[in-house]
Amino acid sequence: MTPETIYGATGIALFAIGLYHALVLPSALRRIVALNVASVGAGFVMVIAAWRPGGGADPVPHALVITGIVVLVAATAVALALVRALHDADTTETDDTP
Amino acid sequence: MIADFLWLGLIAAGLIFFAAGTLGLLRFPDLFCRLHALTKADNLGLALVALGTAGLWATPAAAMKLAVIWALVAVSAATSGHMIARHARRAWRQEDAL
Amino acid sequence: MSPPDPYLLLDLGLAATILVLALAALRQRDSFTMAVVFILFGLLVALAWVRLDAPDVALAEAAIGAGVTGALLLRTLRHVGGERRDPAPVPRVVAGMLGLSVAGFATLGGLALMATPRHGTGLIPAVAARMDQSGVEHPVTAVLLNFRAYDTLLEVVVVLAAVMAVWAIDRTIDRAAAPLPYLPGVALRGPIAGAYLRLVLPALALIGAYLVWIGAYSPGGAFQGGAVLAAAGVLSALARGGRWPRTAATMPLLRGSLVLGVVVFTGVGIWAAVAGGGVLHYPPAQAKPLILLIEASVALSIAATLTALFLGHMPQPAARIALRKGTTNDT
Repeated sequence: MTPETIYGATGIALFAIGLYHALVLPSALRRIVALNVASVGAGFVMVIAAWRPGGGADPVPHALVITGIVVLVAATAVALALVRALHDADTTETDDTP
Repeated sequence: MIADFLWLGLIAAGLIFFAAGTLGLLRFPDLFCRLHALTKADNLGLALVALGTAGLWATPAAAMKLAVIWALVAVSAATSGHMIARHARRAWRQEDAL
Repeated sequence: MSPPDPYLLLDLGLAATILVLALAALRQRDSFTMAVVFILFGLLVALAWVRLDAPDVALAEAAIGAGVTGALLLRTLRHVGGERRDPAPVPRVVAGMLGLSVAGFATLGGLALMATPRHGTGLIPAVAARMDQSGVEHPVTAVLLNFRAYDTLLEVVVVLAAVMAVWAIDRTIDRAAAPLPYLPGVALRGPIAGAYLRLVLPALALIGAYLVWIGAYSPGGAFQGGAVLAAAGVLSALARGGRWPRTAATMPLLRGSLVLGVVVFTGVGIWAAVAGGGVLHYPPAQAKPLILLIEASVALSIAATLTALFLGHMPQPAARIALRKGTTNDT
């Protein structure tokens, strides 16, 4: 067993856990978190692909994962803004109808 | 070699303080006791781990970086502990007033 | 047979903890606990990536994946006051079928990963061969800011677009009826919080600048440094109860910082084309100062962007501040 197999399996498992929960969880906020977990799983697979036994990893997948993390936080922020807007819209509606 | 064991011993002692702090967090009855366990034990634990790591690294640059990290974490932990306690006490007072 | 590697035990324990935390975050009933467990999850993932020789990725995950995303989650929970369940959850049969397909998909993915040829040279020699022309000494920074600068430029544009989207969404809300977007209850106020901020904000500025600078030589860079600066932005916003400073200069300054990264990056790219190398092909002699210039402006933009994404609403335009002065209440 090597770090590669351990974390490779972790990455695949995280992706599966995240994807499944993003499909079935009954709350929008939770589904956003699930997608974040899935993308961490994808990050693991790419970091594994870059890893070399004696050190000296491939820098290109590392750069791609960093880009992915930054884009993901932007997408998460937009999704969470939608969650807040939905909540506000619902509150406004219930306030209007006594 | 003997010096290495000294540094490793410091790290191990630090981990014991962390474990004690975590035990307190899980087992103590109320929020204030838990904060007490967490902030004090973990700050000391981190100091010992940082000292041991600096010794193993054995360069002044690493030692100074670790010292800055410890100082920032200690100050942040103390402040967040204070903010949590203050918030909780206000919440209690509001409940008493009702 | 060689004795078992003690590090493998660490790897196994870390991997198991990461999986347990992911499941705990997704299946945890309480929303606040979910957010805290998710932050812990991100920090342990960062530790695993240090084990896999990816310190740059680990820094980005700890600062952005765990830190900024965690702050965004907590901020959203504070606003909506707990999760709202969908009226019609996914039926059990459908969930089971989805579970089976995801499990099958994951098995195929695992098999594909095992069948992939491993430990090849990859792009390592291609990067190493051109390091002397890149202007920096750290391969990941060379890839991000030079060899694949297009990706990074577009990434900065995406993040800017996210702020525009969040502001557009916020403007659809009728603020006369809906709760205000501020965070009054979590204000960092009082003498201890004040002393803490006076100590920590300059330290964060220094650490952020250091991370940007050190990116040329070793792990660090514009995004990690920008995230640390964003932490300073979020802390100072929290000291005002989650509001932008209510001055006429806020909006122009903020707009300037938001677009600075895109403007400087594009400008340098075009300048390189005019100088004869092609778009974003910096002349090797000037590569280092150009990359540092881009990194410094991108870091500032990322800091402003992440702070804006955290607050989630626009600063009031100067005209409205003048009009409504004295009439607004702070609830």
